[in-house]
Amino acid sequence: MNNSDTKNPNLQLGHDGGVVLEKQETPWEEFLRVFQSDKQAVAGFAVLMVLLVMALTGKVLTEWWIIFDPEVVRLPDKFLPPFSFVTEEIPKSDRPFGGLYLLGTDELGRDVFARMFQGVFVSLSVGFVAVGISLSVGITLGGIAGYYGQEKFDLKIVLFGILLGLLLLYVKWNFLGYSVIAMFLATWAFRISVDTFIMRFTDAMLCFPTFFLILAAVALLPPSIYTIMIIIGLTTWMGTTRFVRAEFLSLREQDFVTAAKALGLPESRIIFRHMVPNALAPVFVSATIGVASAILTESGLSFLGFGVPPPFATWGNILSDARGFIFDAPWVFFIPGVAIFVVVLAFNLVGEGLREALNPKLRSR
Amino acid sequence: MKRSVGLMRLYVPPELLMPEKYSPPLLQVTGLKKYFPVRSGIFSRVSAWVKAVDDITLHVNRGETLGLVGESGCGKTTVGRSILRLMEPTAGEIKFEGEDLLALKPRELRQARRRMQIIFQDPYSSLNPRMTIGSIVSEPLKIHKIAKGQELQDQVNQLFVKVGLRPEHQSRYPHEFSGGQRQRVGIARALALNPKFIVCDEAVSALDVSIQAQILNLLRDLQQEFHLSYLFITHDLNVVQYLADRIAVMYLGQLAEVAPTEDLFITPQHPYTQALLSANPVPDPTAVSQRTILSGDVPSPLNPPSGCRFHPRCPQVMEVCKVTDPPLIQIGSSEKGHQVWCHLYG
Repeated sequence: MNNSDTKNPNLQLGHDGGVVLEKQETPWEEFLRVFQSDKQAVAGFAVLMVLLVMALTGKVLTEWWIIFDPEVVRLPDKFLPPFSFVTEEIPKSDRPFGGLYLLGTDELGRDVFARMFQGVFVSLSVGFVAVGISLSVGITLGGIAGYYGQEKFDLKIVLFGILLGLLLLYVKWNFLGYSVIAMFLATWAFRISVDTFIMRFTDAMLCFPTFFLILAAVALLPPSIYTIMIIIGLTTWMGTTRFVRAEFLSLREQDFVTAAKALGLPESRIIFRHMVPNALAPVFVSATIGVASAILTESGLSFLGFGVPPPFATWGNILSDARGFIFDAPWVFFIPGVAIFVVVLAFNLVGEGLREALNPKLRSR
Repeated sequence: MKRSVGLMRLYVPPELLMPEKYSPPLLQVTGLKKYFPVRSGIFSRVSAWVKAVDDITLHVNRGETLGLVGESGCGKTTVGRSILRLMEPTAGEIKFEGEDLLALKPRELRQARRRMQIIFQDPYSSLNPRMTIGSIVSEPLKIHKIAKGQELQDQVNQLFVKVGLRPEHQSRYPHEFSGGQRQRVGIARALALNPKFIVCDEAVSALDVSIQAQILNLLRDLQQEFHLSYLFITHDLNVVQYLADRIAVMYLGQLAEVAPTEDLFITPQHPYTQALLSANPVPDPTAVSQRTILSGDVPSPLNPPSGCRFHPRCPQVMEVCKVTDPPLIQIGSSEKGHQVWCHLYG
């Protein structure tokens, strides 16, 4: 710094002659402060943390180092209420940990606690993986539609699409192949913009009733937990796409994006440093709530018998098995029901808390 | 090698002695057009064109401020953004320091952007809410690899001092500042790359009057210090009178009159300029105002009037105005540069 600057009375100088930057609350600290002031969200977050720990320990303790065995059938001990002790008839090797049925037993004498414990991992991983898939599809498509939307398909993309179609024809997926070729030729012939193409496809996907689409897909594909995750993910991205597109469209017109362009910043930096951080906060809020609805969908599928195949326990199929004995053994029915309710509620509360904490307009309070 | 030139009579051409006067202007815009398509129907066919800017020719000299005035929607902002290629012009030629901006490839354009910058109207949307003002100002320096480390920090500190901000506020976020302070951040960002030309797009219109004066003085000081040229876009005549060397008046996508500031305010030639000036409030309660009241609204640029675009509202309209485009008339000597597009003087 030159001398004229150091005489400026507005300038506070440190002992080494440099400018002392004042200590400011970082956005992260501010986010934490606002989030922590919302007691419900903190409670929801605590529940989620406990569940996360349970999911990991549950996976270990019920499948690898089996302390709680969810698959042991003990017919003499069926329909025992919670907190009952094992009867004398059960051989030592089949007894539950500590001889106690913490959450009772079901119609085959299986330990409900062990089964629930095993199911936490399934429920949470379905939720997170499905939302992860739906977010990546949604953000990519929405971002492209919003940023490059006004541009037309150029010949290169059309040729690529036609090649893709030919490839599909080659592997004898004739219908799909012809449709892809027809679609790309149409976009080129009618000068349809990228935005129109992506958004009309999104609209078409929204027309299907999601749950029945999932049912149909599950019925056709081999039943496994991964199929379920992928299908839920690939049928729930439409909301995110619309959301991100709308955010990008409005951000594109903001002066700070124009300023970034005027400064000669590269396009990638404009997108990832200036636009994405301003577009994503609301997306993560809806993702949190999306996890809850994915868990519900998985439970619903398992309840209908299309979910994860038995004997693997999930909350949905415990609930499903229990519906015949709702008056004889209400706990088998209520325990998974309450668990699903608590998880979904916790995710929703955390989502609400995030919405408050990430909104810059509410922040300055 | 030592060579004595003392005895030689050197012919020094006048353009070397007085480069300002003879060198081509910093910015020369010729025949600039920007049409926006209006789409309708299922297949989004272009059904009409909005002629936002229709054939504008102007120049900005080195170290000078050109004020661009006109009412809302007349295409002032479009001119400013087209010059910086933040919008692609439909037609025309833009020469900046003799270099054709429209012919530049994306890479070259990014380099050229270092020499021309923009200051925005709305100090609230022109700063990224998720970046500290320090990183907003230092970002262009980093990206163009002008400085790094301590040197970068020093340059940013200097910029903050130059625009009258406290450098220790760098770690704050834009929402913690008032409009005037944010505008100063915007100015610091525009100055960071040491440009020669800055488009001020209604740079003070969103600020209250006392702050306006501060920012105008700041802009004037910076102009002298860095030898900047401004294209000052505004609808406020008092502001341009204070700051501009020359003024261009726009109406519905075309120029009506270009003149040195004094000439324009003393002897406005175009009926539109006269009406505009008479509508400008004078801070003197005893002044008798003779207002030229224009009737009607600004026509839509979608379907501009034939001939002179001002003819449906012009108090001195003639038959010829409705048919023929107005000619360019020089008022006085051509060196003075008072130009008017009007049939009255033809």
